[in-house]
Amino acid sequence: MTGTGALRSIAVVGASLAGLAAVRALRGQGYDGEIVAIGAERHEPYDRPPLSKDFLTGRCAAADLALGDPDEDLAVDWRLGATAVRLDAHDRGITLADGTEIRADAVVLATGARARQLPGTGGLAGVHTLRTLDDAVALRADLAAAERLVVIGAGFIGAEVASSARSLGLDVTVVEALPVPLAGPLGVEMGTVCAGLHADHGVRLLTGTGVARLLGSERVTAVELADGTLLPADVVVVGVGAQPNVEWLAGSGLELAGGVVTDAAGATKLPGVVATGDCAVSFSPYTRRVTRTEHWTHAHEQPAAAVATLLGGTVDNPRREYAPAPYFWSDQYGVRIQFAGHRTDGDAVRIIEGHPDDRSFLALYERDGQFVAALAMNQPKLFTRWRRQLRVPAAAPALMTPGVSA
Amino acid sequence: MTHPVCPLSAIPPGEAYRWAVEPPVAIFHTEDGQVFAIDDTCTHQDASLADGWLEGCEVECPLHASKFDLRTGRVDAPPAKRPVRTHAVEVVDGVVHVTLSTEAPNLPPGPAVADSALTDGAK
Repeated sequence: MTGTGALRSIAVVGASLAGLAAVRALRGQGYDGEIVAIGAERHEPYDRPPLSKDFLTGRCAAADLALGDPDEDLAVDWRLGATAVRLDAHDRGITLADGTEIRADAVVLATGARARQLPGTGGLAGVHTLRTLDDAVALRADLAAAERLVVIGAGFIGAEVASSARSLGLDVTVVEALPVPLAGPLGVEMGTVCAGLHADHGVRLLTGTGVARLLGSERVTAVELADGTLLPADVVVVGVGAQPNVEWLAGSGLELAGGVVTDAAGATKLPGVVATGDCAVSFSPYTRRVTRTEHWTHAHEQPAAAVATLLGGTVDNPRREYAPAPYFWSDQYGVRIQFAGHRTDGDAVRIIEGHPDDRSFLALYERDGQFVAALAMNQPKLFTRWRRQLRVPAAAPALMTPGVSA
Repeated sequence: MTHPVCPLSAIPPGEAYRWAVEPPVAIFHTEDGQVFAIDDTCTHQDASLADGWLEGCEVECPLHASKFDLRTGRVDAPPAKRPVRTHAVEVVDGVVHVTLSTEAPNLPPGPAVADSALTDGAK
């Protein structure tokens, strides 16, 4: 397939941030053929980050989450509430759950991820995960009538839900299996600082604690910890990560390894099929690792690279690797946390502005004397400047040890 | 109505000043020496554009990288969908004067709207 002329129809599977970004990139990069976009949820593309924050507290409504722009004419055949269940590699045929077959000259896989469930918690009322708008609507309704919330998992979703519920006046306990929350992305030192926000706001954080089971017959009444402690709960939120929606691709010929394996430009093993967003496991030229990235900015920006790969890499629109410094943010307890770069164990952390105790600071991560990542609390301006420095493409590989991959 | 805001010398080229009116206004002094005023709050979600990255006549939101044209307020890059309001600026005797727009601002959903609603007594 060379150039866009050969492509008459493209199917985008997934209609969230990455799927919409792919559609926009297709039009933006000059593709004027047919686009069918398939979304498992019945909603038009919407923004997920507010679900754990302003949407949960009632400060914004579902209509405020819309990603699409009514003035934007993308000429897309949206198939919403339709789950893709099979991809045929030979003719790029996609089978939907209702039996519908869709044939396309090329396919963008952007099926995202879903919330991981805690085994043995199914069927108990009052137990929630938070990934979709429907999840958030259900949780919001349940929180309105609740007094005690237990959050299982002190990652970003768990922390944001705890923060939102606390602002609604609930008694909140957060349970984390690791000794230090967020130690993976932020390191032990800064993970400890971020976890301190819970105590600042009267939320109890229990770390290094496993969950044995949930109690209750029809509705949850308590969480029993591994050490036998009972935490009474009207509502439980399980925030223990996400898993990619790629099971439907088994047998398609795609390489699946905790996601759809792609190169740095989104190409899969199948010609005419690219993968992007949370469902893709991609080599990152920046971190020099093969990773599945769940960050909003990645799902927003990376599809343009995958689409350029799909459209064939013309002179005007060259094939390009997606290689920026990873970036994510979290809003908790009125504090804006921002992180950019790639941290690994052993990096030194240096506070260059403010103080963690003031919940306003900028920390740099350094490796072999080189700046590799930045973390900020309530320092957006300074953070933006340091994040910019991480964007310099030539600087990144020099900072990394070549040949390291996950 | 025109307001004197600050001496231009208080805003180095490439920098911005956040003027704490309601809603707040960001005044940008570009590397080329031009001065622009736009609403400070990103129209997508609550973030201060004065904290953003200024490049030419364009500012990038520090939170999600939406880009706005300082001259027109137009969205140059999503996720923002609505333009920011622009305000007329004049530098008189080294002092930045801003004439606030009488159009309705495009504030994001959430706290910024809620707060201003409380302040103004109307939404």
